[in-house]
Amino acid sequence: MTIDDVEARLRERQYIGDRALATAIFLALKLEKPLFIEGEAGVGKTEAAKVMGDVLGARLIRLQCYEGIDLAHAVYEWNYPRQLLHIRLLNESSDRKLAEREIFSPEFLLRRPLLDAIDNDDAVAPVLLIDEIDRSDEEFEAFLLELLSDFQVSIPELGTIKARKPPFVVITSNRTREVHDALKRRCLYHWIDYPNLEKEVEIVRARAPEAADGLAREVAALVQGLRSMDLYKVPGVAETLDWARSLAALGATQIDSSLVDATLGAALKYQEDLERVREKVPALVEQARRA
Amino acid sequence: MREEPAARSDLLPRLAAFARLLHDAGLEAGPRRLTDATRALNHIELNQQADFRNALRAVFVSRKEDLPTFDAAFDIFWAPPDPRVTAGQIPGRSRHLPMSPEKAKAWSEALGLQSSAMNREQEPREVPASSSGYSSEELLRHKDFDEMTWEETEQVRRLLEQAAWRVAERRTRRMKPGRLGRIDLRRSARQAIRSSGELMTLFRRKPRMRRRPLVLICDVSGSMERYSRLLMIFAYAIGRREDLETFVFSTRLTRITRQLRYRDLDRSLDAVSKGVHDFSGGTRIGDALSDFNRHWARRVLGHGAVVIIVSDGWDRGDPSQLAAELVHLRRSAHRLVWLNPLIGSEGYQPLTRGMAAALPYCDDFLAAHNVQALDDLGRLLAGLDRRPVRV
Repeated sequence: MTIDDVEARLRERQYIGDRALATAIFLALKLEKPLFIEGEAGVGKTEAAKVMGDVLGARLIRLQCYEGIDLAHAVYEWNYPRQLLHIRLLNESSDRKLAEREIFSPEFLLRRPLLDAIDNDDAVAPVLLIDEIDRSDEEFEAFLLELLSDFQVSIPELGTIKARKPPFVVITSNRTREVHDALKRRCLYHWIDYPNLEKEVEIVRARAPEAADGLAREVAALVQGLRSMDLYKVPGVAETLDWARSLAALGATQIDSSLVDATLGAALKYQEDLERVREKVPALVEQARRA
Repeated sequence: MREEPAARSDLLPRLAAFARLLHDAGLEAGPRRLTDATRALNHIELNQQADFRNALRAVFVSRKEDLPTFDAAFDIFWAPPDPRVTAGQIPGRSRHLPMSPEKAKAWSEALGLQSSAMNREQEPREVPASSSGYSSEELLRHKDFDEMTWEETEQVRRLLEQAAWRVAERRTRRMKPGRLGRIDLRRSARQAIRSSGELMTLFRRKPRMRRRPLVLICDVSGSMERYSRLLMIFAYAIGRREDLETFVFSTRLTRITRQLRYRDLDRSLDAVSKGVHDFSGGTRIGDALSDFNRHWARRVLGHGAVVIIVSDGWDRGDPSQLAAELVHLRRSAHRLVWLNPLIGSEGYQPLTRGMAAALPYCDDFLAAHNVQALDDLGRLLAGLDRRPVRV
């Protein structure tokens, strides 16, 4: 595979990325290193990982991070209710040692995403997406650091499980906090920026084909206009797509002030931003239709 | 003429030199990354300039903030400008690298550049006149910051580092064993299995606590000049012990958290003065907070952070903008504290336009003119529990 191949295959699957992203993905595959993708919310970080699974013909395993996520949620947990039930159903005379070995067998294991990514029978190593790592805490980061360096997990009752073939790891972050350098150092890094107008039009056409060509262009131009304004939260590509779909669902083939005003909530999520933009809708529409 | 990357065998020393340049410009470019870069280049068509750049960027950069520095270093190193063209004539490219003047000079010579290509003109650092004043600790605690000598500020730093308070804690979503709280199924079941499935004891667990993060936003404009150095020392000392993000502003906002992380105070202060270009400028608090709300709030205000603004409230901006930004900021902060060094002065009334506009939106309004006042702040931070009731 070459960088051109990666670029072409992303595009075939309606993912319009840039050359730098294709290069980063290509190198991550070649060097067998995790890929760390950062960018504002809604620029297509998670989508990149999903499409990669498709490109590689691999299963996508997704671990959504959240505050307080721990090993029991991320790696494995014993199915305690089942174990208890099992041990109580044994009769008095049965061998306790044997029973204990029985209930600590893989049958009683609840496998979470990280274990699944390491221990599986997939023909192609899976794509492991560790989504929004910035939501987890430092302890979990430290654990990941360990996992990503040798791709093995120890379960005291079962022993050490090592990946036959390491998964392709994609880590995303919205930068709600700084992720530790030690973790980043193990990864290749790519920052996804907002696309320019041409690229965004292309994305809308690929991802929201129900929007007419003219509409796709106008919505993209409208969002580009909003991004240059002074807002608390500028809309991402996800919002552009939502907006184009909303307008298409209303049967619009082009934008006008009243339609934009009615659907502004698809793009802006703060009351202050809505108020600020509402006054300027006619001017923005005018500008977008000329783009 | 752009210089084509040399053949692979010659590339390693060049690459190592490039890594050193990145290192000197403040990027993390250790041996691991150099190895990765070498490996990466084995897979890249070296005559494709864009791919070559992208590959090195993916390896050497791991923060958005470092992207411009990387690009500038790449341009300087791999595509030296035509000697007839002086730096700055290449449009749209910043060629300035954040490094000390000596290093910049050495690199310019090594790369055959004009020295202005590497760095901005450095302003000579002001060396304050030292004085032999001696104060006992108690006197020092009550002495106004603007009357302190250089040596006294040193003692203040030690006082601050030893201060007894720690920021209050918040509940996290992680659990730990406890006597009260919810039932810990895992531990209870473990124990039950050992006793043939009989639940003998119910173990319990409770949320683990963590200290709240602090965000310090300091006014370093002209009117605050006398306090700037002390504020930086305060930020440095508190940053040793607490989870602290620091920003300074006069006309615009600069994040200095990283600069304050050096082990050595003087090196930190030096890095701050290099990184901040508008020390002692005019004040636009509203603009600074607007910048903070838009670009930093989502990144640093997670986990129930406490925001501390330090300013005298002398503001040349629009008071209604300041008020609007404070409303927004307060909504995303656990608590919003305003420290004003002028409160300490006798007969002070918060009558400056900025202060009057800000007052209704702050949860606390405290003095910050001496160590004692900072201790009061410490006690407040240690006692924070619930979000204040706001009307």
